[in-house]
Amino acid sequence: MSVGQTLLGLLESGPRHGYDLKRDYDERFGQERPLAYGQVYSTLARLLKNGLVEVGSEPGAGPDRKRYAITEAGVTDVAGWLSEPERPEPYLQSTLYTKVVLALLTGRDGAEVLDTQRAEHLRLMRDLTRRKTGGDLADQLVCDHALFHLEADLRWLELTAARLDDLAARVRA
Amino acid sequence: MLDAPLLVADDLSLSYGETRALDSASVQVHAGEVLALMGPSGSGKSTLMHCLAGILAPDSGTVTYDGRDVTTMSDVERSALRRTEFGFVFQFGQLVPELTCLENVALPLRMTGTRRREAERVATGWLERLEVGDVAAKRPGEASGGQGQRVAVARALVTRPRVVFADEPTGALDSLNGERVMQLLVAAARDTGAAVVLVTHEARVAAYSDGEAVVRDGRVRQAELAR
Repeated sequence: MSVGQTLLGLLESGPRHGYDLKRDYDERFGQERPLAYGQVYSTLARLLKNGLVEVGSEPGAGPDRKRYAITEAGVTDVAGWLSEPERPEPYLQSTLYTKVVLALLTGRDGAEVLDTQRAEHLRLMRDLTRRKTGGDLADQLVCDHALFHLEADLRWLELTAARLDDLAARVRA
Repeated sequence: MLDAPLLVADDLSLSYGETRALDSASVQVHAGEVLALMGPSGSGKSTLMHCLAGILAPDSGTVTYDGRDVTTMSDVERSALRRTEFGFVFQFGQLVPELTCLENVALPLRMTGTRRREAERVATGWLERLEVGDVAAKRPGEASGGQGQRVAVARALVTRPRVVFADEPTGALDSLNGERVMQLLVAAARDTGAAVVLVTHEARVAAYSDGEAVVRDGRVRQAELAR
């Protein structure tokens, strides 16, 4: 995720101090990885240099009392970012596929690799489901996104399990 | 140290003609646990559930419930067990269409001799708990799919069963309704200390469980429960 454009997007709803911006980011998007202060200020410095934000100091203020506001160029930048689709990541040739093929190639049990992975995926899905059940709407949406991706992995895993004999025959041919 | 498991299938085998539906299948669940039986269509997971619930008799192996051998019980004994100790939720609610939702939920209590007024009082409590108190007077056909399935869950829990068998309980629902049904089912089972045997092929549904047993070609692999 682009931290710079996310901060710009937050600033579009109103000017903020760096500290408030970090807090707002962490509350909305940073549950897993809160922003470091250093990153917030270095990102704001870059945005300032590129003319995407401007700064208005308050009387007697130190560096952390700078108030950042988005510029017209900044609004255009956010609009451009939001209208661009993200590149879908196809995850081709995943580590898991490699492990299954290698297991079969070396005469090991490919199903064992898949079973171990399924248990681990489900363990994570249980954690996310618990977090979602006790959480607010933002938690639910974030967890659901992760859950659907893990579910997609599991569907691939089940299909591979069903094709394991064919795969073994091909790999060992 | 863990308590003894409440329900145990040990080395079950069952064939339909030439087709082997269960092949030395073993699985167990403790009181208060939610166990997901997962696997592709035709893997044998529903057959395993039916054996656990005393609906099907295996060709060999034993099913033990609370220390009692279910496989050697008479039909009358097994039927009494299903009525008083077990609750069932199916993919399609299987509510009685001629009865109101309230009467449907009260039915298991009426069948075990509870008087109408008391049965309906308890049933009303369960409908409210499942957030469908407003459909009490409606017939199942007048309720939405999600509401009907919550009524079915209320009916499964109304006798305070010690084991709830849920066979693809969200299979006919959209994601949002399915989620809510699972949340309510698991929360209610946890409150009453019931074990849940959940048959599903959906990982997101299985994620409400404490552990899973994967059935493939009639064989079972049970992962350790996350207790």
